Amino acid sequence: MDSSFYLIQLLNGIQYGFLLFLVASGLTLIFGIMGIINLAHGSFYMIGAYLGFWFTGLTGNLFTGILLALPVSLGVGYLVERFAISQLYARDHLYQVLLTYGLILIANETQRILWGSDVHSVPIPQTLAGSFQLTGNQAYPVYRLFISISCIVIALGMYWVIQKTRLGMTIRAGASNREMVQILGINVDRLFAVVFSMGVTLAALAGMLSAPVNTVYPGIGDNILIISFVVVVIGGIGSIKGAFIGAMLIGLADTFGKVLLPEMASMVVYALMAAVLIWRPQGLFGRA
Amino acid sequence: MKKTPGPIMLFLLLCIGLLAIFPLVGDDFYTELITKIMILSIFTISLDLLIGFTGLISFGHAAFFGIGAYFLAIFFQDAEQINYWWALTLTLSGTALASLIVGWICIRTSGIYFIMLTLAFAQMFFYFFFESPHFGGDDGIFISSKPDLSIAAEELVDLGNEHHFYYFVLTWMVAVYLFLSMVLRAPFGYILVAIKANEQRVRALGYSTQYYKLVSFVIAGTIAGLAGFLEAAHTSFVTPAYLSWHESGIAIMMVVLGGMGTLFGAVIGTFAVVFLQDLLPAITDHWQIIMGGIVIAIVLFLPNGIAGALYSLHALLNKKGLAKADADD
Repeated sequence: MDSSFYLIQLLNGIQYGFLLFLVASGLTLIFGIMGIINLAHGSFYMIGAYLGFWFTGLTGNLFTGILLALPVSLGVGYLVERFAISQLYARDHLYQVLLTYGLILIANETQRILWGSDVHSVPIPQTLAGSFQLTGNQAYPVYRLFISISCIVIALGMYWVIQKTRLGMTIRAGASNREMVQILGINVDRLFAVVFSMGVTLAALAGMLSAPVNTVYPGIGDNILIISFVVVVIGGIGSIKGAFIGAMLIGLADTFGKVLLPEMASMVVYALMAAVLIWRPQGLFGRA
Repeated sequence: MKKTPGPIMLFLLLCIGLLAIFPLVGDDFYTELITKIMILSIFTISLDLLIGFTGLISFGHAAFFGIGAYFLAIFFQDAEQINYWWALTLTLSGTALASLIVGWICIRTSGIYFIMLTLAFAQMFFYFFFESPHFGGDDGIFISSKPDLSIAAEELVDLGNEHHFYYFVLTWMVAVYLFLSMVLRAPFGYILVAIKANEQRVRALGYSTQYYKLVSFVIAGTIAGLAGFLEAAHTSFVTPAYLSWHESGIAIMMVVLGGMGTLFGAVIGTFAVVFLQDLLPAITDHWQIIMGGIVIAIVLFLPNGIAGALYSLHALLNKKGLAKADADD
């Protein structure tokens, strides 16, 4: 266990954190702007992973697979928002939890009908198949670095959209005061549809990117869902910055927890969340 | 808690009567299934106290069910004889303590944070049992004998006998229902309902709402522990799956389908959902899709659940009755 071993763990933790950020940023926006608890967010991650697997199989290349799967995910998100989620805007959290739970059941079963219960693997593209030799016996795969870099690019893109464009301005305004945005004459229905579809697409993209590393299997969305909620709650609901810090904290805590405390690794993240909430009940960057 | 209208009370008594004679006429498979449903009902009634009366949406209630089950399993897995009274006391105090600690932390938050924090604690307990090598891990634990329910060396009921166990659970279910109805008709219960309606106002009236919420959380947790204890005693087996977040989600579904804030609605919901889970797989292999559709339909079309529909029906019939009385005059 030399320092390069810990360097690899650090890189793994950061890479996992980036993926969590893609999922959690959509989740936090959907809650912050639309006031919706979306339990089905993990299902969109799963749908992304399976679409990625499917289109990669059809075209033989991960990149074209992702390019084809992205618009499909966007469409799925739009339809779900129009037909199911839009019924929930004025309803209590309880009904949101329940309806999106129903969506999980439907998504899981649809997955089983379309792709069966087997575990599938997605090949890493030839160009990214190698690995960097760090020391004599420690190597870091190029593909994992590719995931991190893609996530950084996406995160910067999101930052640009949210901070510099008119759409981003409405999104920020919506997160801080929904009623006021409505009063100012912004088409809130359209804003909600855009935010939800964007959130779904980000989650699906995270599923596609991680498919070659984690393989694709039934129930893949359930774990990521709960962890993403932990991230969102630690960071403070509605805060993108919070989601980023939370995702990094959880990514690192989970990775190092598995190395240092293998017997209770999965408990570590939840203990971290409980600790943060005892200290700051509204999360790190949340408004009380 | 509002007084249950006469005809609905009558309907409930009829249901209890049917449950009481079922093992005499029904077959053994369904007797066992109904035992399981009644145990789950005790669990969902306790969740209704939180969701339907106190307004606390707990998304981790299955944790206390599981903790109750594990208390029996961990302390008595190899015991040749399990003293029922001692085991029950230990389980209930254990789950009460666990829900006191979890509740004390969780009630400091509200809204989605409360939902997520209860979920986080449930996940912590789930992984604790799932990964711990000392408590059976993901294989669970077998319990080698049934609790022995005796007073002064006189065996009251034989818990190894399926029929005895059925009536034993039925008694517990009715007792829990009556106990919670009593609690909710007391001033304490009215304050819980008031907290659900408007917590600020109750606080302004000088009540320490945190205290009331915590007591409600502990009562609900302890009763969930009781249900877990009964389940472990019934199947002689515990598994970490008892604590999974899916169980908590299904329990919420049962309470809402049955009708929140009525206690008996939770029982109706539990029966409905378990029977659906039993019947649907016979129709199609992909019954989860139908289940998901039903959940969504409840949210959209039946937000007050089956009990709510019963109340509306009762109100409708009453109105008709009144109209008839007017016409007669």
